[in-house]
Amino acid sequence: MTAVDPIADGSHRRRGVPLIDGIEKVTGSARYTADLDHAGALVGRILRSPVSHGDIERLDVSKARAMEGVFAVITGDDCPHTYGVLPVAMNEYPLARERVRYRGEPIAAVAAIDAGTAERAIELIEFELRPLPAYYSSEEARAPGATLLHDNKPGNIEREVHHDFGDWQLGFANADLVREEKISCAEINHAQIEPHACLVDYNPTTGQLTVQTVSQVGYYLHLMLARCLEMDTSRIRIVKPFIGGGFGARVEVLNFEIITALLARAASGKVLMLLSREETFLTHRARPQTDVKIRVGMRRDGRITACACEVVQRGGAYAGYGIVTILYAGALLQGLYDIPALRYDGYRIYANLPPCGAMRGHGAVDTRHAFECLLDRMSRDLGLDPFAARRANLLHAPTRTLNDLMINSYGLPECLDRVEQASGWRKRIGKLPKGKGLGMACSHYVSGAAKPIHWTGEPHAVVNVRLDFDGGITALTGAADIGQGSSTMVAIVVSETLGVALDRVRVVSADSALTPKDNGAYSSRITFMVGNAAIDAAKTLKNILVDAAARKLEARPDDIEVIGETFRIGRGTQASLSFAEVVKIALVDRGAITVSGTFTCPPEAQGGRHKGGAVGSTMGFSYAAQVVEASVDEATGLVTVEKVWTALDCGCAINPLAVEGQIQGSVWMGMGQALSEETRYFEGLPAHASLLEYRMPTIVESPPIEVHIVESHDPHGPFGAKEASEGALGGFAPALVNAIANAIGIDLDELPVTPDRVMEALIQRRRQARLAKTLKAAT
Amino acid sequence: MQIPQLKKRLLRLKINGRWREDAIAEDALLVNYLRNVAGLTGVKTGCDGGECGACTILIDGKAVPSCIMLAVRCDGRCIETIEGLATQGRLSRLQRAFHEKLGTQCGFCTPGMVMAAEALLRCNPTPTDAEIRAALSGNLCRCTGYVKIIESVKAATGAVS
Repeated sequence: MTAVDPIADGSHRRRGVPLIDGIEKVTGSARYTADLDHAGALVGRILRSPVSHGDIERLDVSKARAMEGVFAVITGDDCPHTYGVLPVAMNEYPLARERVRYRGEPIAAVAAIDAGTAERAIELIEFELRPLPAYYSSEEARAPGATLLHDNKPGNIEREVHHDFGDWQLGFANADLVREEKISCAEINHAQIEPHACLVDYNPTTGQLTVQTVSQVGYYLHLMLARCLEMDTSRIRIVKPFIGGGFGARVEVLNFEIITALLARAASGKVLMLLSREETFLTHRARPQTDVKIRVGMRRDGRITACACEVVQRGGAYAGYGIVTILYAGALLQGLYDIPALRYDGYRIYANLPPCGAMRGHGAVDTRHAFECLLDRMSRDLGLDPFAARRANLLHAPTRTLNDLMINSYGLPECLDRVEQASGWRKRIGKLPKGKGLGMACSHYVSGAAKPIHWTGEPHAVVNVRLDFDGGITALTGAADIGQGSSTMVAIVVSETLGVALDRVRVVSADSALTPKDNGAYSSRITFMVGNAAIDAAKTLKNILVDAAARKLEARPDDIEVIGETFRIGRGTQASLSFAEVVKIALVDRGAITVSGTFTCPPEAQGGRHKGGAVGSTMGFSYAAQVVEASVDEATGLVTVEKVWTALDCGCAINPLAVEGQIQGSVWMGMGQALSEETRYFEGLPAHASLLEYRMPTIVESPPIEVHIVESHDPHGPFGAKEASEGALGGFAPALVNAIANAIGIDLDELPVTPDRVMEALIQRRRQARLAKTLKAAT
Repeated sequence: MQIPQLKKRLLRLKINGRWREDAIAEDALLVNYLRNVAGLTGVKTGCDGGECGACTILIDGKAVPSCIMLAVRCDGRCIETIEGLATQGRLSRLQRAFHEKLGTQCGFCTPGMVMAAEALLRCNPTPTDAEIRAALSGNLCRCTGYVKIIESVKAATGAVS
């Protein structure tokens, strides 16, 4: 008998495997964009606007162009095409034309023989800007009479959303308690450790453009380069090197990528563009400053009767992903709990700051924060335990939400049970020493947007699997592994479906000349969509191999039993073939085999018919619950996170090691936003644009994060899997703010909960107490 | 406009066990020398100077951010980078632990993180959690939340299986 292969029985899934590209990372041989061979490349540099809003009166690059060692100087005149992520909202030029709208917006760019020469040439560019009134808050930008950033957007409103589901007025009327909160969250940044970079090679003889860059979605860049450079897409190749983190920063096409391509073509050669950390912050596209006004109606037993929510996002100077972000903020109020009636008003505002975009937990995080804080305060008002308030509002899968989101698996009840037990909640809540507290919250996120931005009628994902004479299996996927381990996921599902050893499978990822187009690494879509496509491809290949074995063994394919890498006729016969033998037979007459697998989200998964209804739609939501233990120093206002317990329903953990890592990373990123991260501008000038001033937690401030994986086995997920890397993020901040309320009895309404904000709240409480005492004495 | 002449000096130093000599501009940063001249691109640049620790290397056994050190100051000294840790295809204990325990996700901070941990373990083979946190406090990671980084360092010391 052949021993059962460890892959075939799925034990890799139970144990988890290290990343298939992990050895390169720990030995320093992994090549990121800045590490690529750039022999002979020119160096690119960008001239950026020193004012926040102004008309370009004069721009003279003649002196820079005449300088020895300068090969190209470009301005807005060199690209009359806008770019952007949504076909309906492309209002940004790679280099400003006529007007600049934020401090740091690219105006001109240089390619020169070396960095020093490029920087001196930048200094030789002469320009005059006529300043216009600039706005740094949503309120100023929306004020009557404010100068418009974009002439077609009155009130500086990029997009208004008004959604009504169910009878919310009746819901509020039927409530025992209605409470409203105003909560604001600071703008934050992805701050991935790898600064932005790209290397573009233009071959003037063949007219071919090869781009190696940090993009999470090479396909978008491919389209935008063709548009901005007026090139045929077939002459462009986008290759993804190793990528040092994304978190959404690199989902949109970024101005420096198009600028570098324009420079390379103008210089007829290769250009390396390495942005500084400051420029990486300026490129931005992260989570906007958000004001949430939220009202919930609740019955005495904790049952929610209605919710009304207004969200204002300060989106920055250009559209970017703004419409999607403001839609997500409303749509994902649903899908976590059963909310019988909902009113949502969203406003995405233009302001003279770097454009915001997508960041981990896209659109959902700040509204989730406000909702979960309010839910906690209301359960306190009603004398309910916070867990009980959540349990009173659970959904039951399969179901559809009011806004027509499809829910097929729902592991939230088990997530609640797990963190309640692991944290010792029942024994410890209310019994911790002074200054210490426990708080909890829930969150969820999509496993891929069910409706892609560019609707082409193609499947949502395509994976090719190759088999050649060497017996090696190569999975080709356009999906960008940016450190989350998606290539490892593809290798696992292919090896497991085929029943072959994991190291027989290699994954080639994100090279437009080799790999099938993919919609990219965003909205946590890869495991669900690409995983399913990879299984589909591997099944097709397996059938080919079984047919080949059947021919050789003179049996029917149905009688072939495959155990690991051995093919045999089932029951009692001794005849068996090795994998290598079967490959030889399979290749007779046809040669090397490439099969294609696909995955398509059915129309019923793609959201409701209301305007904007596609945003938030997905094949499956991940669910998370967490408990945070925190302490507050009332002398300094310093909040310390002592421990976090998180449970996440990812359907099925295809690679538990990576799932755990993703959950810890996302919870921790939520902690950064909650505790200390915040971008600050002084009249449009970033005061946070270094990793010292942008305060993300160091290892010293980072607590243990205990992870509980819950597997609800989604009926459509690959092996039942859903996403694992965004769902837990949104629950951290409210769990912390709820823990602070539990510790010191103060409800904080602003993120991050920096010592100055905590101190201010403590001082105000003391003042109010004194005032109350005085008033009492007076009466 | 003419390209200005850079003043250069002869630099002799030992990198990953081998002596080498290069003519180096006086203002060249060590990180740029290591990456662009010595070809050691495992040494990463993640910030504009001294903020993130991705460029951490060992100079005479001490962990130093190579982005705020002039190359010419390393004359006669002994440099170790991530590329020198694995010997004949055998990963170091730390490298193996970071790989197996997922102390690395995107991998960009990993070389600096591993070198900082290497310096710690050489002088303190059984560090406490607090000592690990103190030694790695200058190395930023954006992916892991540091949980598995601490586990990796402890695994390398044999403290956890």
